[in-house]
Amino acid sequence: MTSNRSARRGPAGRRRVGAAAALAAAATLLAAGCTGPAAAPPGGGGATPPGAATGELRVAVISHGTPGDSFWDVVKNGAEAAGRQLGVKVDYNAAADPASQARLVDNAVAQKAGGIVVSMANPDALRDSVRRAVDAGIPVVTINSGEERSQEFGAITHVGQSEGVAGERAGETLRRAGRTNVLCVIHEAGNAGLNQRCEGARKAFGSVRDLQVDISNPTDVQSRIKGALGTDGSIDAVLTLNPQVAANAVSAVRDAGSSAAVATFDLNADVINAIREGRLLFALDQQQYLQGYLPVTFLKLYRDNANTVGGGRPVLTGPGVVDKSNVDTVGSYAGRGTR
Amino acid sequence: MAVVAHTVDERLARTRPLDRLLVRPELGSLLGALAVFAFFSVVTDQFLSAGGVSTWLDDSATLGIMAVAVALLMVGGEFDLSAGVMTASTGLVTAILATQLNWNVWWALLASLVFALVVGALNGWLVMRTGLPSFIVTLGTFLALQGLNLGVTKLVTGTVQVSGMRSTEGYASAGFVFASTVNVGGATFQVSVLWWLGFTAVATWLLLRTRLGNWIFAVGGAATSARQVGVPVVRTKVLLFMTTAAAAWLVGGINVLRYTSVQANQGIGQEFFYIIAAVIGGCLLTGGFGSAVGAAVGALIFGMTRQGIVFAGWNNDWFMLFLGVMLLAAVLVNNAFRRRAERVRR
Repeated sequence: MTSNRSARRGPAGRRRVGAAAALAAAATLLAAGCTGPAAAPPGGGGATPPGAATGELRVAVISHGTPGDSFWDVVKNGAEAAGRQLGVKVDYNAAADPASQARLVDNAVAQKAGGIVVSMANPDALRDSVRRAVDAGIPVVTINSGEERSQEFGAITHVGQSEGVAGERAGETLRRAGRTNVLCVIHEAGNAGLNQRCEGARKAFGSVRDLQVDISNPTDVQSRIKGALGTDGSIDAVLTLNPQVAANAVSAVRDAGSSAAVATFDLNADVINAIREGRLLFALDQQQYLQGYLPVTFLKLYRDNANTVGGGRPVLTGPGVVDKSNVDTVGSYAGRGTR
Repeated sequence: MAVVAHTVDERLARTRPLDRLLVRPELGSLLGALAVFAFFSVVTDQFLSAGGVSTWLDDSATLGIMAVAVALLMVGGEFDLSAGVMTASTGLVTAILATQLNWNVWWALLASLVFALVVGALNGWLVMRTGLPSFIVTLGTFLALQGLNLGVTKLVTGTVQVSGMRSTEGYASAGFVFASTVNVGGATFQVSVLWWLGFTAVATWLLLRTRLGNWIFAVGGAATSARQVGVPVVRTKVLLFMTTAAAAWLVGGINVLRYTSVQANQGIGQEFFYIIAAVIGGCLLTGGFGSAVGAAVGALIFGMTRQGIVFAGWNNDWFMLFLGVMLLAAVLVNNAFRRRAERVRR
């Protein structure tokens, strides 16, 4: 949150108005260019079975990621890649605020989307909107968070990783690495899934302390982690729940002159490099590319072939541990935004 | 005409009806809203469908309630940066009392209204007592409430959200008042839209037809002169801060009953959208000029744009750019008309 937002009124010259208009026009053109590929005509032979819906499938992907978050960008890439390959039109939208996210679901219902993919960081807030989508006959796949409520709301399947299980895995791995006191850094105040990760780590590890930071302010993240390390010298491991925060934590550990090891959830190119160079102990990868790719595939199969995947159980995309032993293989894929 | 103008005092001069319309602060925003409406109606298929209309009205409604309250405050010459977080604080108070202490929802709502009014009065009292800009004072309240929200929520529930409102006593009746829905043309309309319209109507009446309304314009336009002619400046401004807090309570109540859960970090950053909506609606940042209808229309522009962009299926990466450009366009239209209005008035 920046505090120096100011609104200033100044003389609005004609030139400025013209420039604004030009900017608007340019933005519109960009939009037209960026909407994604046109659907490929259904290729191959094969007669369409009677009764099956035909035409272009439109899938709305609605996440709770903040714009610019590298994690959700990979999900988006996955969904769009599946869309390109299968001839499905994918509309990706995101809102971190649960009420706004519920409205995006309503919006997709109003648009009569052919399928909805939604991440449920706050299932209660999305309940009515998701139910309305299901009642309107739109198949829903939940992703990432909200696994425990997915079936209750009528979703055909859930694709994600169990946050608690992943947290336990992190705790175990840290314990095996001989660590004794862990700092767990929570970067979004309202996200229940992040708390479950720290809880999981606590369950498997024991001594885990939580630290609350605001991901939109990296300077603050770094100085708070540094502060926590300075206050408690016995902390010998920092567990972050996001790659951007991991980079901040690595700097903070260095600045504090601490010998704590840093481990993180989720991958990006920086994390890969840091693992390669030994600055990060390991990363738990939930392979979120699949959380974008698979739901689009599932919805396409559901429409064209009435397939459901998982048999009422969630489809797990993680956790996979990425450490020095396998970092080179994974690293080559992270650079292009698919891991 | 020229002869008449010479003999009549300029304060009594008759203005043409068109000019009288043009000097209204909300006119620019109305034209902006029409432009946005026409644009998305043409560009997208679903914007005008019942489902589409219900979506953007819903988005505008809670924003609109806050924008109208903030507009009154801005006409009175002050800002409230704590308004966004306050919507979460009031929701959390209601939800914690109802789910953790098993209070009846109505009593919980009443308690959170009292809480809101106290914080609002504190904001107003601090601003008036210290003479500090309200920007700074309410920034402090904003940060304090943000910490309080998270701290208390984690302390009481052990998680970062309070849920389980659906199974509390009195949920059905309170939910009916604050969060019921109406089916029109196959689409679900939220009752918050009615609250928005009602709140706007009351605020407009207050601003234009009552003594308090005159006081609000007076304290915002020239506080010293207002005090000298006997306007109770402190009381008026404190009342305005309390109104904003009460509006935040209304929105918090609507949200907590509709979504049956509150997240500790909800509402952060929303305060700027309220101010922007009020400014689009013709409020001056310097106070003394503005309108409640305008702010409501400003919120409508926001809601239509936010949902319209989604309907248009434009790439989400550029969302904020579209939003910014469209809002800028709306403000430019507004500005052009205000300049004309100022010329007419002279």
